This record gives sequence, C-alpha cells and structure tokens, in this order.
Amino acid sequence: MADLKALVSRLMTLEDRIIACMRCGNCQAVCPMFGATHMEADVARGKLALVDDLAHELIRDPQAVADKLGRCLLCGSCQAGCPSGVKIMDVFMEAREIVYSYLGLGPVKKAIFRVMLAKPWLFNISMRVGSPASHLLFRKNKTAQNTVSSPLLRPLIGDRHLRSLPVRPLHAIVGALNEPRVSGGLKVVFFPGCMGDKYYVNMALACLKVLKHHQVAVFMSPDFACCGIPAVSSGDGQGMVDELRKNLDILSKVDFDYIVTPCGSCTSTIKELWPKYAARIDDAAMHISKALSKKTMDITQFLVDVLGVHGVEPRDNAISITYHDSCHLRKGLGVSSQPRELLKANSGYRFVEMKEADRCCGCGGSFTLYHYDLSRAIGQRKRDNVVASKAQVVAAACPACMMQLEDVLSHNKDDVTVKHPVEVYAETL
Amino acid sequence: MANSALIKEFEEMLGKENVFSSEADRRTYAYDAAVLNPVVPAFVIRPTTTEQLGKCVVKLYNEGIPMTVRGAGTNLSGGTIPDTSDTVVILTCALNRILEINTNDLYAVVEPGVVTADLAAAVAAKGLFYPPDPGSMSVSSIGGNIAENAGGLRGLKYGVTKDYVMGVEFFDSTGGWVRSGSRTVKCVTGYNLAGMLIQSEGTLGVISQAVMKLVPPPSASRACLAEFDDMQKAAEAVAGIIAEHILPCTLEFLDNNTIVKVDDFTHIGLPRNAAAILLIEVDGHPAQVADDAAAVERVLKACGATAVHVAKDAAEKTQLWEARRQALPVLARVKPTTVLEDATVPRSQIPAMMQAITDISKKYRVDVGTFGHAGDGNLHPTFLCDKRDKEEYARVEAAIDEMFDVAIKLHGTLSGEHGIGTAKAKWMEKETSRGTILFSRRLRKALDPKGLLNPTKLVGILGGE
Repeated sequence: MADLKALVSRLMTLEDRIIACMRCGNCQAVCPMFGATHMEADVARGKLALVDDLAHELIRDPQAVADKLGRCLLCGSCQAGCPSGVKIMDVFMEAREIVYSYLGLGPVKKAIFRVMLAKPWLFNISMRVGSPASHLLFRKNKTAQNTVSSPLLRPLIGDRHLRSLPVRPLHAIVGALNEPRVSGGLKVVFFPGCMGDKYYVNMALACLKVLKHHQVAVFMSPDFACCGIPAVSSGDGQGMVDELRKNLDILSKVDFDYIVTPCGSCTSTIKELWPKYAARIDDAAMHISKALSKKTMDITQFLVDVLGVHGVEPRDNAISITYHDSCHLRKGLGVSSQPRELLKANSGYRFVEMKEADRCCGCGGSFTLYHYDLSRAIGQRKRDNVVASKAQVVAAACPACMMQLEDVLSHNKDDVTVKHPVEVYAETL
Repeated sequence: MANSALIKEFEEMLGKENVFSSEADRRTYAYDAAVLNPVVPAFVIRPTTTEQLGKCVVKLYNEGIPMTVRGAGTNLSGGTIPDTSDTVVILTCALNRILEINTNDLYAVVEPGVVTADLAAAVAAKGLFYPPDPGSMSVSSIGGNIAENAGGLRGLKYGVTKDYVMGVEFFDSTGGWVRSGSRTVKCVTGYNLAGMLIQSEGTLGVISQAVMKLVPPPSASRACLAEFDDMQKAAEAVAGIIAEHILPCTLEFLDNNTIVKVDDFTHIGLPRNAAAILLIEVDGHPAQVADDAAAVERVLKACGATAVHVAKDAAEKTQLWEARRQALPVLARVKPTTVLEDATVPRSQIPAMMQAITDISKKYRVDVGTFGHAGDGNLHPTFLCDKRDKEEYARVEAAIDEMFDVAIKLHGTLSGEHGIGTAKAKWMEKETSRGTILFSRRLRKALDPKGLLNPTKLVGILGGE
C-alpha cells in the first residue's frame, strides 16, 4: 500500500472544489440514493464532507470513504441542481481514482477494465462462447419484456431479469464499415458502445437502418474499445486511458463529420471525459480528443437537429409511449427534446409525459453490479411512474437505462415494453 | 467513545439499519448549513414510529445523554450541529408521513420529517395552499420549520411557519408525551405549549406530530420588476405600496452588487447601474389582482422607479423571477465560503441598514451582496469570503458583529428567520436583556433538568443564573 501522506496530498488537490459546497443540503431533494436510504453519507453533501475529512486526516479510514463513494449512481442530479455550482461529478470520479490508487483496485475490476474492455477481441470471444450456452443457463420469465433470469447464476447476477443474449454481436453481423460519402452527403462514425454491440444488437441495427435511410455514410470498427466510463466510475483512470488510446488510434485515421452513439453515457464520456483523460497520454491525443468531442452527438440529437427529423400527428389508434430521460443525456448534455421529437415522428405512437421523467432509473452502470438491491429499490420508483403514465411502451436513449427498465418492469409483471427512440423511429422506415 | 452496549440496545429497539455508529456515518451528521466547526456525535438513531421516538427520548434521558434532533440539516445557525462528542443525533427523516389532509376543516396532520415541499404539493393536489416557503423547502422538514419558525418569501402577506401551527405533539426531555393545540381554529385548553415549541430550536422538546393550518389558494397573481437608481426611493416605494393598503405576496429586492454579479453570471440583461431592483407579486381574486397590480405600478412610478416591467404571462413572470432565483446561487459561486445572514429591520429602516452594510463592507474590506425580503425588512447580507484565509475571515466576523449592532440600533433583530443556534447566541443579550436570558435559562432548566436537549443552543442551559 502506498503511504497515507501521498493519498492525503492528492486529495488536497480537490479541496478548492470541495470547499465550494456551502452544505445547504439541496442535493437531498434530487439524489436517487438519498431518496432510497435517507442517509446523509449517501448524498453529495455527505460524500464531499467525507472526502474533505479524509484529505484533512480527520478520518483515517480510506476504505470506509471508498465504500461511501461507491454508493453513488454518478447520475449528476446533484450537480445539475447545485446552487454553488460544485463540480461534484469531477470530484467524485477523481476521488474514487485517488482512493483506489491507494487501496488498490480489486483483481476482478482490474481484469474487467484493463483486460476485457480494453481488448475487444477478448471480450468478443467470451461473448461468442457464452451466448450459445445461454439457453442452458437462463429461464424465460414469460413477461412483456421477453426477459430471462438465471437461478444457476444467481450468485453472480442476482435475481436479474435480462433480455437474453443475442446470438451474434453487431460487429459480427455487419462487419467493419467504411462507406463512401454519397456526394455532398454526411459521414458519421457510429460508436455502438459495448451494450449496443453485444446486447441490444437490434437497437444498434435500427440505428444503422436509419442512417442508411437518410443516406448517411457510416464508419464502424469491430475494434472499438469501451468508451471508458465503467473504468472511470470504478476509480480506474488507467483503464480509461488504455481504452481511450485504442479508440483514438482508430478514430484519428478516419474522415467524418460526426461521431454518433445510441448511448447517453458513451456520448457524454466521449464529449466530456475523453479530452480530460487524453491529457494523460500526450498533447497530440488531447488535441484529437478535443476535436472529436466537438463532433460527438447523441444519435437522437443528430437525427433531429442535423437531419431534421420531426414529429407528426399521431394516428387515431396510436399506442401510448412515454420517455425516460437518461441522466448523462439530460443532466449531462442537455439533450431532452430531441428523443421526444423522435418518438413523435412515428404516428403509431402517442407521446405521454411521465412524472419525474428525469429522475435516475437506478442503474448507474457498474453501480448495479455492486448494489443490486439499492438499484432495484430506486428503479421501483421509476417503474411506478412509468406505470402511472399508462403508457404501453417506455423509451430510453441509453442501453443501461433500457436494461434497468426491463428488469424492474419484468419483476413487476407489467405489460410495458422498452424501446430505444431510434427503434421507434426506425419502425416507420 | 460511545458505549457499544447502548448502541446494541438501540439496534434492538430500532433495527440495525436505523442506528449509525461507524466513523464515516457519524462524521456526516457533524455539520449543518451554518459556517461553523463540525462536532462528531457519539452515534445517530433514526426512529421510524412515534412510539419508537418516545422510547428513544426516555432511554437517552435515563442514560443522561445529550440529544440533538435533526431533520434535513439545513439549519443556518448551527441548531443541528451536535453539542458534544457524547451527543446522540435523533433523525426525523423516517417519520415522514402526512397523516391527514382535511379539506373541510382546512388543516393537515403531519409527522415532523415530512418535507415542506412535499406537504405543499400534497396540499395543492387537494386544491388548498400551505404558504410558508423557506428557501430550503425542497428538502427542509416541518419539524425543523416549526423548531426554527422558518420564514420565506411570502412572509409579508401570509406570515411565517408560526402562523400555520394549530397544534403540536412532542416528547419532553424525560420522554413524557405532551399535546397542545388541536384541529380547531380556536383552542384555549391549557398553556399554549404548541406556541412555546415554535422557534425553540430543539431545546424544549422533541416534536412528534403537528397540525398545520391550510388556506384556500389565490386564483390569480401578477408580477412586476422595478428598477431604482437610489435605495431610498426603492424603500419609499415599498412603504408607498403598503400605505396603499396593498399586501403583495412577495416583495423582494436585490442590491447593486447582487444585480451586477447575477448579470455577470447569467447575462440576462439586468440594469447594472441600478441601485436596487424590486420584484413584486400580488395575488388573490383576479379583479383584486388587476386593481392591486395597477396601483403598485402607479406607486412605483410615483416613487421614481426608472423602469417598471410587468409580466404579461406565466413565461414572462418566470423570466422576471430569474434574477431573484439566481441571487444566492450566483453569490455562492463568487468565493468558497458563503455566510448568509438575515439581519432584519423595520421596513422604513431598510435604506439606513443598506447604507450601513455598504459602509461596513468598505471599512472591513469584505465583499457583501445583499438581497432579501424588502416587504418585511428581512435582509440577506451575504458575505463572500474564504474561511481558510484566517485574516479575511476575522474581518468578516468583525463586520458581522458591527452589522448586528446597527440592526439592533435600528430597532431590528439579529435573525429574521435563520435562528440563534450557537452562531448568534453571543449577541442575544444585546438585542433582548439580561433578564430575558435568565428567564429563558430558568425555563429550560425547569423543563430539562438534566440539560440534555440541544444544551448549548440559544441561551445555553449550562450558563449561570
């Protein structure tokens, strides 16, 4: 273990940002964790106080502080509403990295972030081996969401209701893409994200179908690494840098107008975190990342703002659909009207707003891996709001949210299906 | 160090999930929103029923352990900071049920941990109105609102929390169950103990339930914003509006420093040269609102407003309010430490008080932005500093001392709505009298013989006769 002094001095670099917290406690109103537990250590004010205490050696138990820091969805609700404008997400992500560099990252996390997610071929092979065997492990739940669960794997994945793994990942179906521009047309990099490539493959295919319909040329590589957000949230800055290096290597050689992703978390990571972490590689990487950042867009935003897709009047027999705002999209990037507009572009659906549409669903990416019980408790409130809206379909523009929504709806045996807004729009083409 | 046997007993009583004794958890209940040093409690308990709450108080009384009751911890005078490292913090956040909203008799019965905004929303959903709107209402809870007599923007017309308390149930320091007030408009059964609990800052009892008055909501409202090149003229306008027998539901003001800082940050095009802006909203029956709004506009112009903007619709109203909504957030971003004060003076003394604040800020070289509730003379001089800079912070403290002196000289008060806690205890005698302090202490000692309820807050039970 590194020495405590080094930990303290690294944490002190956060002090100027932490002290901006005036401890008003307003974060309690919006924090999904606090909503579930009502514990001060679960809300931003409490966590900032603990990081500050650790930096000032008022508490000398980094593990205890790390455990508290881990009980956060990184949804950014607190930051979006913080009266003092504290950069809470930056502080939390950096604090996690500093504390874990002292405590050491567990072997499992290291294996996932530094080996699996940074080496796509290994990830891909393991998925390919796993998928055909999945019918042996999983049991159909007979719910509207077509989910499966696995009593055998319960120790590993808990009582999760998941969509069954696709037979083949996206890149195995479509291969590498590097289409020429239609004359005068646009060219985009389609970054499907891990979940788009390996889990919600039909959703990703719908994205490609839509891009093709609008005559947008697509570049996509089977060698894309993870965007890096799971590593960063787990305090593994080095894992993020490894993945970023791989992605920059691919993207710096392509000519394109935009990077689009169907995942709010990937979008916000590329836009906001890549330039920060690229600075750890070298100046050139940072400049490339900054340029990429400007060209990166959520696919719903691209379709509406760039291609001009717009709403139409719903048919008489339209079915009702509601929309869940993913945290990284709405609170992080301010994208909220575009996915709704996309839903309205399909006359087969009538859009209804749900209560607390922008309240976190409780997935939080890797949060759900470590805190499934809390994740479910937070998800239940989202589920209640979905059901109260009487919508037959709920859309979310982030695969992690989709997975969480399917899990909670399936557990409640609700007759509500989950779709990505692009899937809804693709149905019209 | 806390007695581990005692912690175990509480765990058996409340469940392990409702007793927090780890160092990390305890440290998060060591502070509130006041700029004061934290005090880490022995442990923290979270009763989930009234019965449990009573048992907790009895137990702590028998053990002779000091207790600090905490709602959302938004207190601005240190009322929820533990007194000593032996203190046990009692959380009310799990006592958060709205037990009844009676639309015939116009009251709500609530547990102390009900969040103010949740009550207001539940009441509004039933077509009624709970007016008190303290700045922290999205998180603050009713128990704390009563214990601090929380105010808000609507004070001038609708009053403050105390005007809505019909009854209170509480546990005294020994755990004895006390009921006062009722669900009726009139009730003279015994001492007005409910009234005594209001603004008692956790020193006289532990509130377990309250009956809150509700009113019919206004059916219309209108807002306007007026600019002034002179604070005196703005104050005359405030007086002029009241003299016309109009009671706006909100009558807020921002000083020049605040205006400039808000405009720097938001670029919403505020009058950067204005000495003050007033934000006025009238509400009530539509016809009355139309008459009042016209009268307000007339008064503003007669008093020399350099410009008056009247909101034509809801969107414009939201826009006008933006400057006021942004006041505290913007000031809070200027420097690391934000000391939000609430010196209050009679309305007519606002110009004198503002002049004094300007002079004091120059004399002590401290940055102060002032906004507040002009209608009730409740100012929020906000001191922007960095408490790590000891020399600067000493100047801030000296400036605040002098500001309170002025407020008292102008027949005002130390605190309009934030409370005394430990932050302002040292000035209390100056505003009141030695006799007031002694009377308060004797009252406390009679009711809390072991000195366990928030012992160092307000007048301090441990102080001499």
